[in-house]
Amino acid sequence: MRIALLADVGVRSTTFAEEIGRITVFASRLCGAAVRRPLRMRRFVDEVFYLGVLSLVIICVCGLAVGAVLGLQGYNTLERFGATDALGTVVGLSLIRELGPVLTALLTTGRAGSATTAEIGTMVATEQLDGLRMMSIDPLHYVVMPKALAMVFVMPLLSALFIVCGITGGYLVGVYWGVDPGSYITSLETAVTFWDEVVGSLLKSLCFGILVGLIATYRGYFSAPTSQGVSSATTATVVQASVSILIFDYFITALWGV
Amino acid sequence: MRPNPSRDTAVGLFVLAGIGAIAYLSLQLGGVSLRPDPTIALYATFDEIGGLKTRAPVVISGVRVGEVESIDLAEDYRARVTLSVREGVELPVDSSASIVTSGVLGDRYISLQLGGEDAALEDGEEIEFVESAVILERLIGQFIHNTNIESKE
Amino acid sequence: MPDADNHLQLDRVTMAFGDRPVFENLSCSFPRGEISVILGGSGSGKSTILRLIGGLIHPVSGRILVEGEDITHLHERQMTAVRMKLGMLFQGGALLDSLSVFDNLALPLREHTDADETAIAAAVRDRLDAVGLEDVGALLPNQLSGGMRKRVALARAIMRDPVILLCDEPFSGLDPISTRQIEALLVEINQRRGITIVVVSHHVDSTMRMAGRIMILLPDAVIAGTRDELRHHRDPRVSAFLTADRDNPADLLYPVEQRPGDLR
Repeated sequence: MRIALLADVGVRSTTFAEEIGRITVFASRLCGAAVRRPLRMRRFVDEVFYLGVLSLVIICVCGLAVGAVLGLQGYNTLERFGATDALGTVVGLSLIRELGPVLTALLTTGRAGSATTAEIGTMVATEQLDGLRMMSIDPLHYVVMPKALAMVFVMPLLSALFIVCGITGGYLVGVYWGVDPGSYITSLETAVTFWDEVVGSLLKSLCFGILVGLIATYRGYFSAPTSQGVSSATTATVVQASVSILIFDYFITALWGV
Repeated sequence: MRPNPSRDTAVGLFVLAGIGAIAYLSLQLGGVSLRPDPTIALYATFDEIGGLKTRAPVVISGVRVGEVESIDLAEDYRARVTLSVREGVELPVDSSASIVTSGVLGDRYISLQLGGEDAALEDGEEIEFVESAVILERLIGQFIHNTNIESKE
Repeated sequence: MPDADNHLQLDRVTMAFGDRPVFENLSCSFPRGEISVILGGSGSGKSTILRLIGGLIHPVSGRILVEGEDITHLHERQMTAVRMKLGMLFQGGALLDSLSVFDNLALPLREHTDADETAIAAAVRDRLDAVGLEDVGALLPNQLSGGMRKRVALARAIMRDPVILLCDEPFSGLDPISTRQIEALLVEINQRRGITIVVVSHHVDSTMRMAGRIMILLPDAVIAGTRDELRHHRDPRVSAFLTADRDNPADLLYPVEQRPGDLR
């Protein structure tokens, strides 16, 4: 019984290691494709539209909401110490350091990541990728690479917009509850430094963009060519990307010191 | 994919908005200056700066005129603060700098009081008259100590 | 041995997916300039043969020869040159669903040639004419009927003027009229442009009408020959295949268990 359990762990670890190996090979092929001409700007711009522009509403609305909640919670706590002038600091730092990059990445995974996996998976199932191969067009270069690149490009932009909306949300709530607008902004400005906070935040969202772009396209590309295969690949993307984001968040935070 | 002008416009706007947000965070909040206003550097040495941080405002009569550039330890182990003050602000040589708290538990900042002399402080000069930060705990400690002495007497 | 008359050859090819064998030591050839049909029931591996020729999958052992060239162990980059000569019509059409019909057809030319848009438009119109379609350029694939989609896919397969056309179940999912249309198109393409066509199908009627050469994949053997040869073949399985159940010869050779509730 115990041996079976151990063997199971062994099999799972080797399968996991195998998976990591395969995704690494996939990633390097994508990098190779990214620097090979033709540059595929048209497809890249189209993908930025699908992944970025279409995510704007959800990102801005959620940003506003999260900022408002932070404002509310922050106000309640700070009021006890008469330090409500520091609300800007609380809202701004929380958003810039953690909530902006992480929540943006999670929301984008749910919306754009799953859509990407489903789209690529469906193309596998309907032999569209094989069709491209038979026309001597590398499906990795034509279909997958623009999507992955667009995801990396879009993530820091969305994260910044999320943060700005969040700061606005916190501002509106704070001012409503009587926080002096000037103090909100000043405490925000004093607390935020470019190198520590802003650069760290953008770097984080860039890393998350790479993670989601890689996982979403990988899962789609290697999904089983059936409708069930595509749907389980889509679920796997959301789950694996979300977990990876949160785990990487810890490591990036620890290493960068943000 | 046929070129789709409305889609391209949307992408362009999105990218501009995103870069704008990043610019706001970096420049306005982060303090990166693209074209810094000309400033002069003034020095002030304090016994105690409390929780004064770099980029804290430097204020005259409540109006922001500059910020704390850096804080270092002087040779006599006092705190040497470098202030960057907007050019054009004429500070008489006998002006004083004090570290004030906004509110009771708020952030520290530096408030400048103008002196009466005609000559003005130049770039790189030292502010002679300083008032260190008030540490609340010491004040309370002192108060309790005094109360004890009083009650003993 | 590479044969000048044989455009395509499989030489003792064994194929398996994981531990599921498909066929062993299969040898066959497809003559130049003719329409060859591979007949067989589902699971016989006929689509696999097309994918092997196209280099999309690789055999466990054996060789695959395209115009005398051994392509068995070529990798993707090297297959590019080979695929210039091939056109493939996939079962579902495999058109890119995000592109219009025009863009789908223009794609191979835009990617691989320096032709300007006027030349490309002319080529697209020419191929659409060849398959009897007009005015569909602006539509998306999902706006087309099944038959029209197959015809567009056929047009795409001949965009680069291939010498070999591979068709995977071109008649599947079509009504009898559309089936006849596709059949006529394949015959015309073969005669007008001299393209060697290999069709995979289980449609006996169409096969008997258009095939120059027929290859039947039986569970344990491959029987090949011309139409007439097979019609008068001694092996009883062949005649059973060709004459009995027109739409599903599979049932005869790959019997499915009768379960209570089955219609037959």
